[in-house]
Amino acid sequence: MEVPDVKQSWPNSINEVTIGATKEGGGTRSHAITVGGTRTLPFLYFEGNIPHRPVIAMEVWDIAPTDWPEELGKYFSDVWDDPGKWAKKCVDEFEADFICLRLQGCDPDGENKGSHEAAQAVRSVLESVGVPLIIWGCGNDEKDNEIFPACSQTAAGERCLLGTITEDNYKTLVALCKADKHKLIAESPVDINIAKQVNVLATDIGLAPEDIVIYPSTGALGYGMEYVYSIMERGRIAGLSGDKMWAMPLLADIGREVWKVKEAIAPEEEVPGWGDHIQRGPLWETITGLVYLQAGTDIFIMWHPKAVKELKKYIDSLMKKNSRKN
Amino acid sequence: MALTGLQIYKLLPKTNCGDCNFPTCMAFAMQVAAKKVSLDQCPHVSEEAKAQLAEASAPPMKLVSIGDNENKLEIGQETVLFRHKEKFYHPTGVAILVEDTLTNSELDKKISLINQLKFTRVGEEIGIDLVALQHNSTNAEDYSKLAGKITEKTTLPLIFICQDPSIIEPALELVGNKRPLIYSANKENFEKMASLAKQYNCTLAVYAENPEELADLTQNIKKLGVDDLILDPGTRKTRTALEYLTKLRRLAVEKVFRPLGYPTIVFTNEEDPFQEVIQASTYVCKYANIVVVKAKDTWQLLPLLTVRQNIYTDPQVPNAVEPKLYEIGAVTPDSPVIVTTNFSLTYFTVESEVGNSKVPTYISVVETEGMGVLNAYAGDKWSAEKIAKTLEQQKVREKVNHNTIIIPGLVAVFRAELIDEFGWNILVGPEEAARIPSFLRNEWKPAGKK
Repeated sequence: MEVPDVKQSWPNSINEVTIGATKEGGGTRSHAITVGGTRTLPFLYFEGNIPHRPVIAMEVWDIAPTDWPEELGKYFSDVWDDPGKWAKKCVDEFEADFICLRLQGCDPDGENKGSHEAAQAVRSVLESVGVPLIIWGCGNDEKDNEIFPACSQTAAGERCLLGTITEDNYKTLVALCKADKHKLIAESPVDINIAKQVNVLATDIGLAPEDIVIYPSTGALGYGMEYVYSIMERGRIAGLSGDKMWAMPLLADIGREVWKVKEAIAPEEEVPGWGDHIQRGPLWETITGLVYLQAGTDIFIMWHPKAVKELKKYIDSLMKKNSRKN
Repeated sequence: MALTGLQIYKLLPKTNCGDCNFPTCMAFAMQVAAKKVSLDQCPHVSEEAKAQLAEASAPPMKLVSIGDNENKLEIGQETVLFRHKEKFYHPTGVAILVEDTLTNSELDKKISLINQLKFTRVGEEIGIDLVALQHNSTNAEDYSKLAGKITEKTTLPLIFICQDPSIIEPALELVGNKRPLIYSANKENFEKMASLAKQYNCTLAVYAENPEELADLTQNIKKLGVDDLILDPGTRKTRTALEYLTKLRRLAVEKVFRPLGYPTIVFTNEEDPFQEVIQASTYVCKYANIVVVKAKDTWQLLPLLTVRQNIYTDPQVPNAVEPKLYEIGAVTPDSPVIVTTNFSLTYFTVESEVGNSKVPTYISVVETEGMGVLNAYAGDKWSAEKIAKTLEQQKVREKVNHNTIIIPGLVAVFRAELIDEFGWNILVGPEEAARIPSFLRNEWKPAGKK
């Protein structure tokens, strides 16, 4: 029996955003990564092309973390006193698509490192690996505005993805981005209208929409994930339907959210009946990522090598024969 | 899908007789469309029109059930593609596959594992819904014996996975009254399978290679008088399954295409334990109404069941608990008092950690309009003043004989003002709920008697 056609045609496609610049592009990266460009909902090949595969950045800090679970220390504690070595291990051993350097050490409530040290961490990662780079501030607006100029200049021309700008703090980063040719992460607190508003504000002062990636916050599986999932779905549908301020690729900050929840960390002795935490932890991170993948996420930031490997394997299995290689 | 007023009007006598107490047939039709009055209020409407209206107002995806007891699973009657448009109504049933080649002791072990697989999250118990008995090699007699044995050991409904009616029939004779799902009818066996489904009043799964063939098959089965169906779109490849499941959902709810207006069932085929959970979780997000898995470890099933719980959470209901003083464990006047918000996720996380601590504790829940600790702070939904007022209302001064209150570490800023407002000693608790047990056991001390 013939069945009605349910193919949906979307008037708009998601912006393509390229992160990382090779020599030809004015930088020193071994390759660039492009995300976005799709004109369909996730992996519906009968409807439209998905030109670029979603990518995974592994997270590196500018200081040795003191609160990462032992399960992660196993993989990183031998390198986490040196962001360059840490990044290299992620790329060489764990096949990270690229690196997210989080400047946690600059947090005024923590080690309160200065802009010189932050820039040094950026340089160290740029020198040790050839992949593109995300540079994520410490989350304190004032401090981020202080350290980012040096970081941005150190990486000038490398087309890094810098983050984050918010509704209340975007001018400094937008100016840096334009001057040094980077891209930006626009953050909003699980709110579809604010997500859009940040993009309106940034583009009003001259940032190109094609330089923006949307970060609508992230919740771990079991911890408010469904709110973000639905905002991503709504936003992606808006973007495909023609809303230019929602036509940006999506980013999910998975590792940081997952590795503080009990389901990922607690050993079985503490939570009888939950099963082996050596498996449960990375699976919790993988599945959190998977659900966001189904909502349209293009860029993942993750911590555990096993979770990275498994999600990549799944993405590859869905992408086969349908895309240019990144 | 409901008919419009104009469509209903065409079914009416168009005499404007007024017997329905509305001045015109059109006015009456509008009221029927708005579901304010029943079509029966028109004494002259034809039986044919009634039947047409009933057909048109049937839900676009049929609701079907499996099982006969308190664990009966109901699936279907979904109305949307995206949870934010309304909500998803009937959570995906998770079935565990049991092979008929298992030895008795293996079977016992597996069933007891399935029975024990229960997790409490956010105040809700989540677990496995179905046991799927896969026919591989046994003869009819042994297959029914196995079916009988499983129904003795678990009250969960069964799925019979076998395309040979001569194997299924004796099993139905034995436990058909428990209304197992019969899997599956295909283009070769559907007549016999449909008659078994009819005889035992069971829901029938229908298998075909693609949506077009499925539509043929459901129509043929419906002609035999069987209409409680579940669709298996055939493929085991994730990418094709995503396509078919999406198409089936769209056909049902957007096109109201009746031949495919039924819920769906899919099977994982990944052998790797991580990849299998990834595959199953994909199907929970994207439109499977039953997913059958081989997964056997609790560390695999906990995340899968949590995905289902999250995705099927009603987005229209604010996730809030009642703001009041909760007593966790056998509280006494010496028990600590913890303050938190009325966002369910926050409350249940705190509650579960307090439970883990084994320290009987009062939890004073403040009305924050369902916002978590930081959001409520940022959105001015709570303050030291509001907390003090809540503590007074909940008569905390009379309940305990110490004078110490514990506040969340994330709102340590409230401390000084709360001391002023309430007069008691204010202890700053941990930022993460996971640290509550060690905090209550090692760090909490009443600051003194009042």
